[in-house]
Amino acid sequence: MSDVLILNGRVIDPANGLNEARDLLLRDGKVAAIDKPGSLKGTGAAEIIDASGLVVAPGLVDIHVHLREPGQTYKETIATGTAAAAAGGFTTVVAMPNTIPVNDSVAGLEWMLAPERGAVVKLFAMPAATLGSMGATLTDFAALHKAGVVGFTDDGKPILEDAIMREALIAAARLGVPVSQHAEDTHLTGGCSMNYGPVAFRLGLRGMTVEAESRIVERDIRLLQEIERSEGLRPHLHVQHVSTGRALDAIRAAKAQGLHVTCEAAPHHFTLTDEAIGDYDTNAKMNPPLRAEADRQAVLAGLADGTVDCIATDHAPHAAHEKEQEFERAPNGITGLETALGLALRVLHRGQGLSLSKILSLMSTAPAGIALLPGRGSLTPGSFADVVIFDPAASWSFAAKQSRSKSKNTPFDGAPMLGRVHATISEGRIVFRQ
Amino acid sequence: MTQESQGSKKIFLYAPGSLLSVADLTVADVSAILTVTTRLEQMAHAQRATLLAGRRIALLFYESSTRTRTSFELAAKSLGATTTLVSDKSSSIEKGESLKDTGLTLRALGAECIILRHPSSGAPFVLARETSLPVLNAGDGMHEHPSQALLDARTMLMRLPGRDAARATAKSLDGVTVVITGDILHSRVARSNAWLLPQLGAKVLLCGPERLLPEMASSLGDGVEIARDFDAALRRSQVVMMLRIQKERLAGLELDLADYIARYQLNGERLAAQAPDALVMHPGPMIRGLEIAGDVADGPNSAIELQVSNGLSVRSALLLRALSEGGFESVTV
Repeated sequence: MSDVLILNGRVIDPANGLNEARDLLLRDGKVAAIDKPGSLKGTGAAEIIDASGLVVAPGLVDIHVHLREPGQTYKETIATGTAAAAAGGFTTVVAMPNTIPVNDSVAGLEWMLAPERGAVVKLFAMPAATLGSMGATLTDFAALHKAGVVGFTDDGKPILEDAIMREALIAAARLGVPVSQHAEDTHLTGGCSMNYGPVAFRLGLRGMTVEAESRIVERDIRLLQEIERSEGLRPHLHVQHVSTGRALDAIRAAKAQGLHVTCEAAPHHFTLTDEAIGDYDTNAKMNPPLRAEADRQAVLAGLADGTVDCIATDHAPHAAHEKEQEFERAPNGITGLETALGLALRVLHRGQGLSLSKILSLMSTAPAGIALLPGRGSLTPGSFADVVIFDPAASWSFAAKQSRSKSKNTPFDGAPMLGRVHATISEGRIVFRQ
Repeated sequence: MTQESQGSKKIFLYAPGSLLSVADLTVADVSAILTVTTRLEQMAHAQRATLLAGRRIALLFYESSTRTRTSFELAAKSLGATTTLVSDKSSSIEKGESLKDTGLTLRALGAECIILRHPSSGAPFVLARETSLPVLNAGDGMHEHPSQALLDARTMLMRLPGRDAARATAKSLDGVTVVITGDILHSRVARSNAWLLPQLGAKVLLCGPERLLPEMASSLGDGVEIARDFDAALRRSQVVMMLRIQKERLAGLELDLADYIARYQLNGERLAAQAPDALVMHPGPMIRGLEIAGDVADGPNSAIELQVSNGLSVRSALLLRALSEGGFESVTV
């Protein structure tokens, strides 16, 4: 593998508190050296990237993506999904288990992670916490952990039974990995296709209440307390794509109590409200749904005050024919890998004044920490040579038709973005270049 | 149809003449529709039958319907158009064909306009986007029933003293309070009327128990108020519009029917005591003995049959508009 030398960039490495002009040398898939501009010249690197005016940062990490393989390769494959990730500046993604069949076995996991799948960036997976994500019987946590998982989740099918969730949290705690939960009390959301509120009322659609989300978060937090007390374990609950102020309040309180709770927020939830559904635009249909402005503000506040630990896209590709349906029939989900950075910089950096370092922490260092990915999410020498180089000042518009993803289901087609990825380097390989 | 992207929000432009929501209509549009409705009624049958001669209109009905379907069909035929009815039973829809593909098939067969009744809110928007044809929303889920609101407005303008049913302004229904009572939550008629009537100057009271009428319903439009006490609301109203309890949409909501009848049924005694002169309306289908007593439905205050006949005329005007790219150039009388 040839060396890559990145010169004259503004290196932002939140893990090391670095935000200064630096040159970066990548060798053998690792960060070999990081030094003052000019000091790494003459190392004979085959590839030299001039990053003048650009930010050089640890590659982005997305701990919540759907790659649809196996089973639904007409929507996405591991190869196309990770190509989209690379185009978005991501060097590491964690695949959710809602494939067909559900990824709930070592064989399934190994198949998914095999080089033959053609992942362009580093791929990890969270397999199902229960067999078939049916919420009844735990998968073989120990064997799956040995095979290299970074957490367990039933993803879109929340674990509703208290006893099963308790068992999952205990089993994961013993292995030191998180249980990642989609927080939705599905008893309260039958037939619902968007957020409950005036917009749903006007559109004549049944709405999901904020309580449907917060109730599961509160339940899971109660389980953590109970397990810590009775078992002496310290389970890690990771709450996926938090979308409501009420759930964030519960998480904030749990953190204040010292419980090990982390959570993620999705770019669409901090950018859009349920008004974006407009004339029943199914590209604005996702789960959790786009919420009201007060909840969007709560997510922004949570990102600013640290209640939200990281940003995750919930990249959920669907074929055009699936979205070209009646709103209630269309599947949930939008693509998100190529718009995450542009939205984060537009909404959080320019709009909310969050520093670039904070945003990069939310998109790289912190998610790498949650999923316990050693050597990722930082540019510490010896780390994996996962790097994103982007122009933080570039304004552009996203064009869905140019997406690397197989699917184009996004509410951000034509939307303004801030910050454009110039190059993405995964373990020393240039996997995307503008 | 073209599509423009404005930031992160897409704005779709539908074929002119489409009527997907009453919110698509300006007061001037409403006035033009009412004017043409009146002209069509005054026109000789033979002349009227030339207006859409040779034009092809498809009725696509995914839900059973008597008055709306028959009304649209007879309206189309009275204008000389050829119609075809496609229903979810006995068509490719039963085999799982998508709404988009059904629409494209109808277009390929020469349909120039599609009238859609569908149990999913928003379905007409999908059809209009995917076919680029003018689409008339004949009721979509719990969302809207725009032609019903137009015929209701016309009925009020015909029956209330001193009004002009042949045109509309922002003051046409000044001083008129309309109480709409019943299952507002599931009612597309209520949603369309709650938007349209205030545009014409009316005050709308939405009335019903909390579970069928959440407080947020007042956000449907300016001039919309929530009422819980039917008797008090009736005393303020010149028009009372009753809605059916849609048992099929209650989806687990428990409703004490005896209590509902006691509090919200429009019966002769209540009408005589609270609003003896009020105009009584109902979009149908009625459940006599539940939301409305038979004697009131058939009584002198009732405009229910007039609503039905207005439906035919208003829908004729809407079809003419749909097939004239949103204008009424073909009606020069």
